[in-house]
Amino acid sequence: MKTNNNTFDKTVALAGNPNVGKSTVFNALTGLHQHTGNWAGKTVETASGIFKTNAFTYRLVDIPGTYSLIAHSAEEEAARDYICFGGADAAIVVCDATCLERGLNLVLQVMELCPKTLVCVNLLDEAERANIKIDLKQLEKELGVPVAGITAHKKRTLKNLTDRLDELCASNDPIAPRRLSYIKPIEDAAKITANAVENELKLPVPAKWAALRLIDGTLTDEINEYSKADILKNPEICGALEQSKKLLSENGITADIMQDRIVGSIFKNAEEICETAVKMPARNISKADKILTSRALGFPIMFLLLILVFWLTMIGANYPSEFLGAGLFKLGDLLGELFKMINAPNWLSGIIVDGAYRVLAWVVSVMLPPMAIFFPLFTLLEDLGYLPRIAYNLDKPFHKCSACGKQALCMCMGFGCNAAGVTGARIIDSRRERLIAILTNSLVPCNGRFPMILALISAFFVNSLSGQSILSSLLSAVIFTSVILLGILMTFLVSKILAKTLLKGEPSSFTLELPPFRKPQISKILIRSCLDRTIFVLGRAAAVAAPAGAVIWLLANVSVGGGTLLSYITGFFDPFGQLLGMDGAIITAFLLGIPANEIVIPLIVMIYEQSGVISEISTEQLYSLFSANGWTIVTAICVIVFTLFHFPCSTTLLTIKKETGSLKWAALSFIIPLLIGIVMCFGINVFAQFIVYSV
Amino acid sequence: MLEFPLCCLEIGKSAVVKSLSSHGALRRRLSDIGVVEGTIIKCAGRSPLGDPAAYVIRGAVIAIRDCDSRSVIVRGI
Repeated sequence: MKTNNNTFDKTVALAGNPNVGKSTVFNALTGLHQHTGNWAGKTVETASGIFKTNAFTYRLVDIPGTYSLIAHSAEEEAARDYICFGGADAAIVVCDATCLERGLNLVLQVMELCPKTLVCVNLLDEAERANIKIDLKQLEKELGVPVAGITAHKKRTLKNLTDRLDELCASNDPIAPRRLSYIKPIEDAAKITANAVENELKLPVPAKWAALRLIDGTLTDEINEYSKADILKNPEICGALEQSKKLLSENGITADIMQDRIVGSIFKNAEEICETAVKMPARNISKADKILTSRALGFPIMFLLLILVFWLTMIGANYPSEFLGAGLFKLGDLLGELFKMINAPNWLSGIIVDGAYRVLAWVVSVMLPPMAIFFPLFTLLEDLGYLPRIAYNLDKPFHKCSACGKQALCMCMGFGCNAAGVTGARIIDSRRERLIAILTNSLVPCNGRFPMILALISAFFVNSLSGQSILSSLLSAVIFTSVILLGILMTFLVSKILAKTLLKGEPSSFTLELPPFRKPQISKILIRSCLDRTIFVLGRAAAVAAPAGAVIWLLANVSVGGGTLLSYITGFFDPFGQLLGMDGAIITAFLLGIPANEIVIPLIVMIYEQSGVISEISTEQLYSLFSANGWTIVTAICVIVFTLFHFPCSTTLLTIKKETGSLKWAALSFIIPLLIGIVMCFGINVFAQFIVYSV
Repeated sequence: MLEFPLCCLEIGKSAVVKSLSSHGALRRRLSDIGVVEGTIIKCAGRSPLGDPAAYVIRGAVIAIRDCDSRSVIVRGI
């Protein structure tokens, strides 16, 4: 079905509620990989792909997942505008078979705009498991448009969908979709304006629909843009609108009531259709939810899961890391030999082998194993549908901070990658609350930073327990979780401060769907999290690591007036570093690590290596190298805190600028965590000195 | 039967929506998820800290904060 051909016969819009498997359908049909998540609002930009059937070549446009086309949010507006003015030949609306009634709400609205609608009832397997019986034939009869039942992750069931789509697009027979009707005054008012619309404007949407949106004023700008004229200056339309509004007010129908009646009618239709076509047991909250969100166990389970994920990451990553490190360093030695053999100049082998290659080897061996374990585990929780439960559990504290509970979702995504967390903040409707979520996102450590924190914890806090690997890894997991909790605590604190100062305002309304738990598709999770996330993040880090390594080597080996360039730089930052309980080398490494935090520790190692090269990567070696350079437990604590709170990486900063559209917010998101880090490290340092002097 | 705000609905009990007293964004948000006159809503549970509560609305489980659900007037059934 895949094709790279850019020509196509038909354009089809793919619509659906959030979280109904719309992206799975899109990926299965087009062979593209768009990441899907088990929460609302994943598709925010429209993606399109080409696929071929026996009859046609289609361009499939994935429009944002919405519950309704009565545009309130950016996604709903985008979805509505595409269906209205995008010029698609047909529309597919994907529905969740386990929650059909709500899907039909959207189907009825899309049908009103685009008669060539195909209803795709997805997740038939889950419906069957939940003992829900759907009479697809009856559904088709009630709706008046074709219906195809599928299970999107089983590819063969997609043939149902493509066959019906071919049929729909090939046929020239008139389609008679079920029509929505409203109470008489609304119908009459709509008719008056619709007549004027029909006479005066050439719109690609039905006149009655456009008339109703002109009356409530929600489509005026879009129609103006489409017809490239100010329609409110058109006397006939203006007159009709006035007449319609007068008729409505005479009947006591306010804007709120009209909206209620229209929405009410759509819901009533959906309800009636479901009564005849669907047999289902009464829906309730699942047993798992009762436990996972219970008063007694909700929070303990959440924290245990957090510890478990990090613990698995740590014990799982230990051996592969050592193995990879040893192997890559051997290879580095061989590479060095090779350079000697071909009589390469010292500076060349220095830059390439001792500089670029060694930092790269460090990054790969320290980063790859934890990522290859963490990302699949995280994706598993995501696919199960656990993340919305976290938002549900944590909403109250976020509410108290005048922020949105969905910020918890962005925060969880931030553990993977802060740039992804910032993009994820789009699921928050209110701009004020979205900005709070964006500005606080980098207060939790991303996957680039937590191997760093882990390495330091293992080297300085649980080193004494070496040999008892389970106990020590468990202890590191507990210490690490406390570090994470510090980050979460700071997220709340900063959110609250922002809501009281720069981003004042009342919390907006909050509705969060708790979708049913889904059986995750393990093989897909592995492929997706390894290929999409791990390789992407690692690739980015590697691309930065090699040049940074070369630069450091150069700085360390070019001498000017008695000292190397590097020693001048670290010397310059040293007083500042000392003030914060660290040193100039650490600060230099953090600055050079702006493009990717992953390289900070390797850079520190490289800088120190001027006074002794380490032969392999191990916790003990790291400890002795750092200790030899004057590190104490206080230094380790300060570096961990500074890792948690400093400036976000350049990718995140760019994403913030793109998402907020302003340099100001990007700058602020640079300054806030940095300030916290400086103040905390300074405090810790002063406190430690005080203790030392007073003992 | 007595009419009362949705936030007072006990866990496990159901009620039918009589009216919405909110305006603007909140009212639209509620009607989007299917909270309109005549909708039957069941309170399925509460989050560990007591707020928000989860409601079964038209076959979906949706969490709503008490300060928002206070504006929905329901009648017990």
